[in-house]
Amino acid sequence: MITKFQVAYKNLFRKKIRTILTIVGIALSSWVLVSLLGFNQGYERALSKDIDNMGFQLMIMAKGCPYEAATMMLKGGTGLRYMDESMLSKVAQEPEVDKVTPILMAAVFDPNKGESGGVAGYFGVDPKTFPEMKTYFRFRQGGWFKDLDAYEAVMGYEAAELEQREVGDMILMPEKNIQFKVVGILDRTGTQDDGTIFVPLRTLQKIFDKNHQITTIGIKIKKGVDSAPLEEKLYQLPDVQIVSLAQVKETIMKLISTAKVMVLSIALIAILIAMVGVINTILTSVWERFQEIGILKTIGAMPGDIFRLIWMETLILCLAGGTVGIILALILARLTDILIRSVLPYAPTGGLVVIDGKLVLVTLAVILGIGLISGLYPAWKAGRIRPLEAIRREVSG
Amino acid sequence: MNGNQTIMEADALTKIYRRGSEEIAAVNGVSLHIDKGDFVSIIGPSGSGKTTLVNLLGCLDNPSSGILHLGERPIFGKGKPLSERELTKIRREVFGYIFQNFYLIPTLTVLENVMLPLTFYDKRGRSDDASRLLKILGIDHRKDHLPGEISGGEMQRVAIARAMVNEPQILLADEPTGNLDTKRSMEIVETLKDLNKREGLTVIMVTHNQVLAANAKRTFEMRDGQICELERTAFT
Ligand SMILES: Nc1ncnc2c1ncn2[C@@H]1O[C@H](COP(=O)(O)OP(=O)(O)OP(=O)(O)O)[C@@H](O)[C@H]1O
Ligand SMILES: [Mg+2]
Repeated sequence: MITKFQVAYKNLFRKKIRTILTIVGIALSSWVLVSLLGFNQGYERALSKDIDNMGFQLMIMAKGCPYEAATMMLKGGTGLRYMDESMLSKVAQEPEVDKVTPILMAAVFDPNKGESGGVAGYFGVDPKTFPEMKTYFRFRQGGWFKDLDAYEAVMGYEAAELEQREVGDMILMPEKNIQFKVVGILDRTGTQDDGTIFVPLRTLQKIFDKNHQITTIGIKIKKGVDSAPLEEKLYQLPDVQIVSLAQVKETIMKLISTAKVMVLSIALIAILIAMVGVINTILTSVWERFQEIGILKTIGAMPGDIFRLIWMETLILCLAGGTVGIILALILARLTDILIRSVLPYAPTGGLVVIDGKLVLVTLAVILGIGLISGLYPAWKAGRIRPLEAIRREVSG
Repeated sequence: MNGNQTIMEADALTKIYRRGSEEIAAVNGVSLHIDKGDFVSIIGPSGSGKTTLVNLLGCLDNPSSGILHLGERPIFGKGKPLSERELTKIRREVFGYIFQNFYLIPTLTVLENVMLPLTFYDKRGRSDDASRLLKILGIDHRKDHLPGEISGGEMQRVAIARAMVNEPQILLADEPTGNLDTKRSMEIVETLKDLNKREGLTVIMVTHNQVLAANAKRTFEMRDGQICELERTAFT
């Protein structure tokens, strides 16, 4: 017994180049589709992770542009402003506040970092309160420094990799020429903390001549308490601004949404192009087989049989193309990541393009849907070919 | 074999084609009856309406007027023309067709081509029939070849096997030897004769060739859309 599927499938081998080109077209568009959908979900996920891993929900910073502040926090950038440490106790008194921690950020130009030098980020933190915020930190080696004014450092995973340091080694702060003893090295967190070097707050204040000054206060709110009233109160404080990380996330998502719309339009266009290609291929092949299809009807095929035969060819093409495209997308996810990263205003750490099983299924379903729709017209056309017309063609040549 | 059971009866079958304002009666009032087990050949000059007639008899087309019965069953003549669906149902029940151009599916092997009709309609549920037919038709050794790899005569045999696999009552052959040389043509006609004799298959064959036509039990001649039966030849 030979099945319709076999007939359809074998027919696709008749014009190999054409079949392959069509499959490539579908593969490319499903690659675009799955990558872009993967980006849509991956970006939000990565951003959420970045923000959740900050360990606190609110930050107080000296006045400046809020976006800049947010980005600075996430990227550890420069252009810092300072406030007095006394702010800390004021904030801690508020009833909604669970914990507070002071941070002094400093950026030092390191001529030996990378090819043309780079900025090394130092965080001055309080060993009593900061670790409580970052409870998810795990140490690969050692642990936190104990004294607020020791010359000791805890290095993020990547910072340690880059500098090739182990616990017990010394590390030199460029520009200032001051040595710290490495007492702890963190495990990878997938966040900006990986590139940061943590040192005691007092020590950093002394080095940068910023006595009792800090750049940031991290605030952890009590569990189950609404942060809105607290935010209101904090807004009354002079010369500082409040950054709610939920807001930061929203703001960034808004900025990204334009990019998302564009990205989805591109995916849509890619799909339409593939669809036109499929319709064209199948129609041509139906036209070429006009007589053959007519003859199938003389050997007992109903219009519905022919319809299914042609439809099946379309589906096979789409399924093959879709599968190749998804495999391509999985293999090239890193490349896509880099490409997308290069055009985004702000990219969180971690994978931007997340392709999971569900997404693969969704994409396959979309491609199949396209196949079903593209196949309709050619299949309907073929189903209507009458055997008589097919035979007459031989008369007219 | 009960030789006088009527399998097909046509009464005043007419097919009119319109070409501009001109009307051409390609088949003009043809009446004939064919018994079960007959071997009929139709000859006639080009354009005389042979193909048009066979297409009507084979339910590939609706007549402009006239009546056709298959056995007891009235097909045309009840008023409105039959739909393509209805025609298909009758065709796959009753007819097998072969043509001058064999129309084998080039991507399928000989055996697959022969089994193809069963994919769409399996009248008896006997798919082992394909190999048996290939044996009868002497192309058994070619069953795994593609149509492009065998000769024209063999291709026509494959087409015959394909037409036979659903055990039709009537085999319609419109110039089955039109693309074959004399020797191969003769072989094909012998094959049809054999099927007629051994399987009791009713055969209607159109041909240009008088010698081939003479192999049939009955011969009709067409001229300008009209038909007349020639004197019965001695059937050897
Ligand atoms: N679809 C059509 N439209 C108009 N005229 C047609 C059509 N089909 C056939 N005819 C005409 O009907 C007449 C009979 O044609 P038909 O094909 O039946 O002849 P034939 O005997 O089979 O000829 P041949 O031996 O060349 O195959 C011819 O004059 C032909 O031009
Ligand atoms: Mg003809």
